[in-house]
Amino acid sequence: MEVATLLSQVEGFMYPNEVELQWSVLIVLYPFITGLVAGAFILASLERVFKVEEVRPTYRLALLTALAFLLVAPLPLQLHLGHPERSFEMYLTPHTTSAMAMFGFVYLWYLMAVLVVEIWLDYRRDIVLQARSQTGALRFIYRAMALGSDNISPRSLEIDDRVGRFVTIVGIPSAFLLHGYVGFIFGSVKANPWWSTPMMPVVFLFSAMVSGIALVLLLYMLVSWVRRTAIDMRCLDTVARYLFYAFLIDFSLELLDLVHRIYEADESFKSLDFMVKTRLFGSQILLQIIVGTLVPLGLLALAQLVRLGDRARKALYAVAGVLTLIGIFAMRWNVVIGGQLFSKSFLGYTVYKMGFATREGLLPAILLMVLPFVILALLIRLLPPWPEPAPPRDPA
Amino acid sequence: MPTDRREFLIGSGRVLLIASGAAAGALKWVLAGAPEQAPGYDVEGHWWAMAIDIGRCIGCGNCVRACKAENDVPLEPLYFRTWVERYQLPEGDTDRPHVDSPNGGYDGFPERDEPGAGSKDFFVPKLCNQCAHSPCVQVCPVGATFVSPDGVVLVDTTYCLGCRYCVQACPYGSRFIDPRSQTVDKCTLCYHRITRGLTTACCEVCPTGARALGDLKNPSDPIHGFLREHAVHVLKPQMATGAKVFYAGLDGSVR
Repeated sequence: MEVATLLSQVEGFMYPNEVELQWSVLIVLYPFITGLVAGAFILASLERVFKVEEVRPTYRLALLTALAFLLVAPLPLQLHLGHPERSFEMYLTPHTTSAMAMFGFVYLWYLMAVLVVEIWLDYRRDIVLQARSQTGALRFIYRAMALGSDNISPRSLEIDDRVGRFVTIVGIPSAFLLHGYVGFIFGSVKANPWWSTPMMPVVFLFSAMVSGIALVLLLYMLVSWVRRTAIDMRCLDTVARYLFYAFLIDFSLELLDLVHRIYEADESFKSLDFMVKTRLFGSQILLQIIVGTLVPLGLLALAQLVRLGDRARKALYAVAGVLTLIGIFAMRWNVVIGGQLFSKSFLGYTVYKMGFATREGLLPAILLMVLPFVILALLIRLLPPWPEPAPPRDPA
Repeated sequence: MPTDRREFLIGSGRVLLIASGAAAGALKWVLAGAPEQAPGYDVEGHWWAMAIDIGRCIGCGNCVRACKAENDVPLEPLYFRTWVERYQLPEGDTDRPHVDSPNGGYDGFPERDEPGAGSKDFFVPKLCNQCAHSPCVQVCPVGATFVSPDGVVLVDTTYCLGCRYCVQACPYGSRFIDPRSQTVDKCTLCYHRITRGLTTACCEVCPTGARALGDLKNPSDPIHGFLREHAVHVLKPQMATGAKVFYAGLDGSVR
């Protein structure tokens, strides 16, 4: 019955094995989440390596955000595999010609050699101080996190800083690698003209920066609101400006890809063009390009061009940030799902039916998107990203 | 020259005896999952391919049914190791052919249009192209899918992660995920049969001889004559996959 419904929704001709989609919403989450990681990290490195002092208030928050999302990144993949219990084979017997086989290594490198090390070095002083002052279970946790170090002399902190800077410098190409690589997984599939373009890693990279910066911008505003602290407007303006620049580059690249496809109009063009105008119209034209790109770009440009008050700018950035995230999510959706809606015979189209409480349905997807925020909240409690200690509660 | 009945029976009896003898001897290895190690089978001595003559295919669906039965392919209309497509080309429009493949051709094809409408009609049997430079093998993250030394693309289902990257990478739509095992499945060119000296199930049952297994390393295999005498084509040659399913009479509109 279900099969009959699915088949009845096929338009034109699909190869019979193509009717069912292989990669679900979980595989949409995968590039979305890794993109947020890479983007947040690159924002953090602005301060650390490129000495953009204005964004300092977001530095630690960006690092913790990157970590929280990176921890969740492999989960949608695991949940999607037919045999998750065999996934470890990718570490033991990686097939060297496979673009996908390197994911585990790229992931581990980025997590263990870059992000965790950088966060640890940056927080070591705080961790040691906490290990000294806390009591009970927390003391135990902080002592474990200190990894036996107790020296917080100015000299040792200076070394931390130097090593940390070096790790960040290594981290930037690593962040590029992480997300460029995710783009390559799609961009290297020659059988699929919707994916197969050398632009894919570059577009993925810049859209990653856009989404990561937008996320940290929103989180910074949210955290400040929750803590009832004033938002550093110089910081917010700078982050928004970088968001605008990254978005401009990203949009130009995507536009270049689009213009190239339209002008070349190769054998796949009619099929893809039809798809974009019908089954992907809502998610591609409306959500990704208009609502998720042109509107936030316009809002961000407005903030650059017109003198607005703090309140107006905050509201404008918040709206632009949310729309940006929606737009980048739509972009991932259009790549992953859109790339499977048309037949490789270029003669027909299928549909994607998302379940709800199924293994690859909407519910696990939502939970997987909530999970990084829960982890982030825990990380923030454990490793407060702000320098000043929380003010003591004054009964008066 | 008409064959004498007695001669025919003796001849076919001999063939049957030899084949079944070889098959019985090889069964042990087939059951152990390593048919290529069966005695008398030289895995380096073959380079398997298939020859398909479009003009001969009548769309009966015998091959599809035989394949599903022989290889325990799920019967739902979403999973096929081989299937048949029906092409109908309105005159002068090779760009947008009308193509259908109801249930992969398993039940044959219902009449579609009134005959004599001026269109060109033909059937195209499809299967894994057993590519020599196969994109599916390239992308498998753990090497669960591989090309055997005799040129057949196979899957180790005890190793497959079910990541589906190979399904995405195949330009021909030849792969699917078996819902029972959650691992990938595809045409094995009836490897359990061909290593025992038999032909594939689909070739075996084809009533018109539209498809024939061929061994490119065997100089006396009829496939050499087929390749010499026909204008042959492979599907999507621009993909440079080294496809080894050769079609005679393949229309340019087929994709």
